[in-house]
Amino acid sequence: MEIRTKVINSHDKTPSHSDEFIKGLWRENPVFVQVLGMCPTLAVTNSAINALAMGLATFFVIVMSNTLVSLLRHAIPQQVRIASYILIIATFVTLVDYLLQAMSLTLHQALGAFVPLIVVNCVILGRAEAFASKNSAARSFLDGAGMGLGFTLGLLCLGMVRELLGSGSLFGFMLLPDNFEKWTIMLLPGGGFFTLGLWLLVINYFNRRKVQS
Amino acid sequence: MNSTSLAPPSSWTLFRALVSIGVICSLLIVSVFQLTASTIKKNETKLLDQAIAAIFPNADTKIGYKQLENGQLKKLEQEAISEQQVFAIFNQKQQLLGYVIKAQGMGYQDTIQLLFGYSPQNETINGITILSSRETPGLGDRIGKDSKFLANFKQLTVKLTPDKIRLLHKIESAKPSTEKSPWQIDSISGATISSRAVTNIISINAAEWIPLLAKHVETINVGN
Repeated sequence: MEIRTKVINSHDKTPSHSDEFIKGLWRENPVFVQVLGMCPTLAVTNSAINALAMGLATFFVIVMSNTLVSLLRHAIPQQVRIASYILIIATFVTLVDYLLQAMSLTLHQALGAFVPLIVVNCVILGRAEAFASKNSAARSFLDGAGMGLGFTLGLLCLGMVRELLGSGSLFGFMLLPDNFEKWTIMLLPGGGFFTLGLWLLVINYFNRRKVQS
Repeated sequence: MNSTSLAPPSSWTLFRALVSIGVICSLLIVSVFQLTASTIKKNETKLLDQAIAAIFPNADTKIGYKQLENGQLKKLEQEAISEQQVFAIFNQKQQLLGYVIKAQGMGYQDTIQLLFGYSPQNETINGITILSSRETPGLGDRIGKDSKFLANFKQLTVKLTPDKIRLLHKIESAKPSTEKSPWQIDSISGATISSRAVTNIISINAAEWIPLLAKHVETINVGN
């Protein structure tokens, strides 16, 4: 991932600001292309609403940490950067935790122990290390927003499929008729792997076709 | 970054950088904590009041009690919430309606926290609310949604022995396809572990609290 960023940066010296944002959505999507942050991807996507909430919480943390890391990039010596990044990320995760509790306790309970785990989501540390520490605050903000949104989309893709097949509903609304035999496995950890594998298959198939043509 | 890679920074620079970031982060955390603390507290009380109102629709005031090690009850401050406690629920005329017991225990994945109501007049458990659980969505989390399962706890007989020191029957999960007694609970098929966990939590806590409450009913009735 670090190599990829460097290659892009050296090819054309200044990618446009919109490109910094858009690359996270598809070309460098954290879930489907970089395949980073698999713990929340597999653990909380058993319903669409959980996936969305987790995605948005991660979005907030990655945007904020990217911006702050970038603003402080000249003040943070190379030797203590990892400790600093982790401290910054952990701070924003704590803030998300409080803000979620203040907004809705029910939502906070649904995400349960997964919110603190955002601290070790490697997408966030990855962007701090590979991008924010080398680029301006504006670019880092856009990069964070793109990656955060791409991550949210990735989680939603998994969450919607798993909820539809596993519970017959989407965002809590029953869609499939009662006589539909629910695929319980889709709600269990195994279903997460199956769904992720299928999405990767579909996405790689289309990417390969695009390269060939 | 280029300057640092040429000459290694002094220990003081490294120390200063880490401490400054620590200070910035602490300020952020503390201020957001201060800003949200009252709202979070309010949300918690609201959730609790809603849960109590669902069990005792006529509830007006509540007094919290905690069990001490010597088997005595200790009255709690108005807003204090502890992990395991009981609320005595009064109506507008200050008559004791019953109790709401806060209990927790291990579920399939993590601790399940719940409230259950006990009405001494009817000698029944008259409703439960799951406060928090992390059971599998679509399977275990039906303990909080499945109306047929929850209906088990609307009028669940819990009679005390004549000397009021223990329950006459243990609350237990019914075995499938057997005659069901009024103190037995049907599990949800597909969520057997989670629904049995709920039954167990209620069984253990009912056996512990209900005789104790019967013993202290006079002090509770005058609001002490």
